Amino acid sequence: MSLFVTELRRLTKRRVTRLLLVLLVVGLATVATAFSFSSHKLSPEVVAAAQADSDAQYRKSVEEWKRSVTECEAAQARGEQTEERYGENCGKDYQPQPEMFDPKWNLPYQFDFRAEFPTFIAVFAGAVALFAFIVGASFVGAEWNTGGMMNLLLWRPKRLAVLGTKLAALLTTVLGLSVVLGALWTAVFWLIGTQRGTTAKMTAGVWRSIGLDGLRAVALILVVGAVAFALASLGRHTAMALGAAVALFAVSEVGIRIAVGVLSVPFGDRYVLSTYAQSWFMKQAELFDYDTCEFARGACEPAKYVVTWQQSAVVFGIGVVAALVAAFWTMRRRDVA
Amino acid sequence: MSAVLEIEGLRKTYRSRKRGVRHALDGFDMRVEAGQVHGFLGPNGSGKTTTLRTLLGLIRPNGGRMAILGQELPRALPAVAGQVGAIVESPQFFPHFSARDTLSLLAQAGELPKRRVDEVLELVGLRDRAGERVKTYSLGMKQRLAVASALLKDPKLLILDEPANGLDPGGIREMRRLMRELAESGMTVVLSSHILGEIQLICDSVTIISLGRRVAFGPVEQVLAAHSQGTVRVRLEAVADLPRAEETLTRSGIRVAAEADHLMLSGVDKPAAVSRLLAEQDLYVSELTPVAVDLESVFLELTATAPVPGQNRQVDQSAKVDQTGTAGGWGA
Repeated sequence: MSLFVTELRRLTKRRVTRLLLVLLVVGLATVATAFSFSSHKLSPEVVAAAQADSDAQYRKSVEEWKRSVTECEAAQARGEQTEERYGENCGKDYQPQPEMFDPKWNLPYQFDFRAEFPTFIAVFAGAVALFAFIVGASFVGAEWNTGGMMNLLLWRPKRLAVLGTKLAALLTTVLGLSVVLGALWTAVFWLIGTQRGTTAKMTAGVWRSIGLDGLRAVALILVVGAVAFALASLGRHTAMALGAAVALFAVSEVGIRIAVGVLSVPFGDRYVLSTYAQSWFMKQAELFDYDTCEFARGACEPAKYVVTWQQSAVVFGIGVVAALVAAFWTMRRRDVA
Repeated sequence: MSAVLEIEGLRKTYRSRKRGVRHALDGFDMRVEAGQVHGFLGPNGSGKTTTLRTLLGLIRPNGGRMAILGQELPRALPAVAGQVGAIVESPQFFPHFSARDTLSLLAQAGELPKRRVDEVLELVGLRDRAGERVKTYSLGMKQRLAVASALLKDPKLLILDEPANGLDPGGIREMRRLMRELAESGMTVVLSSHILGEIQLICDSVTIISLGRRVAFGPVEQVLAAHSQGTVRVRLEAVADLPRAEETLTRSGIRVAAEADHLMLSGVDKPAAVSRLLAEQDLYVSELTPVAVDLESVFLELTATAPVPGQNRQVDQSAKVDQTGTAGGWGA
């Protein structure tokens, strides 16, 4: 227990942790603040003003239409050709209708908590996952690099216990931070919704769905932190994790996309990692194969392949387990030179 | 006396496709008695640090036996780790933490009281600089911090790899005094160093390693005596008589090296016999001095690492001995 508390203390004392935490909080606060300015509460006055604008636009449009018809009839009386300029029957059949001037078009943007907050959960998860990645990698990478790990092993010569305790301290910190910041993030957007948007139709079912989105976000953050920790531990350097991440991105997002494109593999994106991240957040990702369509025969319903969030869970689960098993195995076997 | 540290037949082999097989430790033996300051000497690449790392569980050996405080390693290492303080090679600490933070984290991990941090900071002379970041420290200050971290546990066995590295002359003297005080308080100290004059001053006993094998061991005086080779310096009243004296002594089976104004004899059991031999030839001695060897010359001789004019010695060029080694007194 003392080692766990020590590692928690060590992690929170580290400069990179503190600096990145400040950047994370400032970044999230900036996004929330900027967004709050773009949203406007639709008060009865604003709705009435939009309605008045629509009515005025409708009236103006009808007047212009009448004037156009009158001009057309005058031109016809003079024996002029009018069809090209005014259309058939002087455009009398195209009288503007009131429903063509929906007041919604004149309303400013209003944030809808129910519909849009899940997207902001993904934004939050991305930012915190980046934090978890760098802090997770440097927590073990810098310790190896500066001799801190060796010093610790001289005090606690149980390698697996030391690595496991460090990982537990990292995940506990990231989890605590995700929960606290996630709660603040939700509260801030709820506040934006109540003050400058809408929080209508928030049933228990909607809250449950948002809660599950939040849980999936936290799980992804923990997976990213654990994988970064494992990679840095394998390479005994922070840069190992960063390098592996860049390599993975290049192979998955660029290499595989090119390869499946060249080979014309149906639903090639199912081999790309970001598809699984998308499916994890959106509950599913739909892939379409337009090669099955013959558009010359008219409209086509292309073949569809669905990646579910459960499949994403399996892919990420295998990845994190493989990375951690490799890290612990090498920790046990390799000399500390 | 009981042994605090015992190593028998320790082997560590590195295999590489490029460089082939290299035996870093090749049946190495070592024994350190309780309450002693023990010097652990060897040329660069001889296996000193590998031995210490293996002992401390950082490297897996390929064979041999190790024990600390009577407990077999590496099985019992977690049990004895609390009684062993160690610094291995150059001191390495997280650069952005202060000395107090560094020690405080170690003390917390080892479940030691906080006051112990202040005690060791005082002991190594870092009390007034304890709040500064380690990255601002000089090498000598980092060395002091490393020693402080090793002393934090108030260990029964203290293992220090090059503790005087980077210290100023005052610091070296303080370190020497500290080692003696620790030994007097009952702590056993194993000291690895290349400053052989210091080792000779501080240590009760030594082990010398070369190419992964022990080449000498025992109390310092015995190791010196065993390798003094009975060297004697002889001067005559008349320098012109030196060639005749050389001839006389050589005829008597004594190894003689002629210098400009004196002769150096080796293999002399009784210096009086030299005086008698020369007097019988009417050659009169003005000086007959047994030459004392120091640890440095013994080290250079045993490890065959003395510089040779016109040659550049490579790191792995040192003496390799058979398994028995050269005993200077006691040992495993």
